[in-house]
Amino acid sequence: MAQAEGQAHVEGKAHVEGQQHPIGVYLKIWGWLFVLSAGSYAVDYFGLEGYLRWTLILVFMMLKAGLIVAVFMHMLWERLALVYAILVPPVLVLVFVLLMTFEADYTFFTRGIFFVAGS
Amino acid sequence: MAQSTLTDTGETLTRPDGLPGIVADWSSDQRAFKNVPWGKAMMWIFLLSDTFIFSCFLLSYMTVRMSTTEPWPDSSAIFALHIGGQDVPLILIAIMTFVLISSSGTMVLAVNYGYRNVRKWCAFWLLMTALGGATFVGMQAFEWTKLIVEEGIRPWGNPFGAAQFGSTFFMITGFHGTHVSIGVIFLIAIARKVWRGDFDQRRPGFFTSRKSNYEAVEIMGLYWHFVDLVWVFIFALFYLW
Repeated sequence: MAQAEGQAHVEGKAHVEGQQHPIGVYLKIWGWLFVLSAGSYAVDYFGLEGYLRWTLILVFMMLKAGLIVAVFMHMLWERLALVYAILVPPVLVLVFVLLMTFEADYTFFTRGIFFVAGS
Repeated sequence: MAQSTLTDTGETLTRPDGLPGIVADWSSDQRAFKNVPWGKAMMWIFLLSDTFIFSCFLLSYMTVRMSTTEPWPDSSAIFALHIGGQDVPLILIAIMTFVLISSSGTMVLAVNYGYRNVRKWCAFWLLMTALGGATFVGMQAFEWTKLIVEEGIRPWGNPFGAAQFGSTFFMITGFHGTHVSIGVIFLIAIARKVWRGDFDQRRPGFFTSRKSNYEAVEIMGLYWHFVDLVWVFIFALFYLW
């Protein structure tokens, strides 16, 4: 990617003219999105349960999200300064996820003590 | 408009690769996003803020689902449709997913034809994208009607279990549906401009008075793909989990 970007930098035109890429790349990704969606639907259709289900759901989700952002939204060909500015902040949401996991567990625990057993 | 004088040093500033390149861009005391049109940078920053909004919704959904002591309703059965004498689980949601992905595909075609200055095909694919979006919203209206009228699901309770199911469902899908609806209006507005030849004649924008070009279609595309992206997360975390 760095090489392609350097190339564009030297030519100085590719980025100014806008993101132009062969249509075949898009069609290929489009096809993959269909396949991955069918995969995640199949997870539910065949009624997979437990960790297998959750892992597959997350894998299909991240693959689809990655393809959309990288190719359809052109992040693959943008300058790193923009890519990092946009993609790094959402990663910090994972910290929030961790915090709320603890919080939810605690709420569930106190509800168990005060509402379910005591009622 | 007065502009400060630009000194041409007659040489291209070299940029290191990787992390030093990012540091160089951000510390150069000029524009951080070089070679990126301002409209695109602004759209990305808007999408980043929207990412946080949807993250907060999905996070609160996770929190209430983890902390409720009542059983969570079985979404696979609730969103099933009765087709050909049997219940097909989640089929409507699967069709909605495919419609939205298809509209993302027609969107990239519109961007592609736009940059190749093929005005008519660009407008055609933009309208097809809008049609996909409208179909999606229509199916969502059908889904909501079925849930409210037939299944009796309300934001404050439902017959299947935890009351939080309704509140998070209507909040998250409602907000996403609003985004799709706004996107459809946005798409039709851009399609009209393309059809009229605004971007070929570089006609000044209504709000900005700057010369417009086909970058507007790509920026529109960013918004549309984001809507699709959010649906990927909602589909996985709400419907399938």
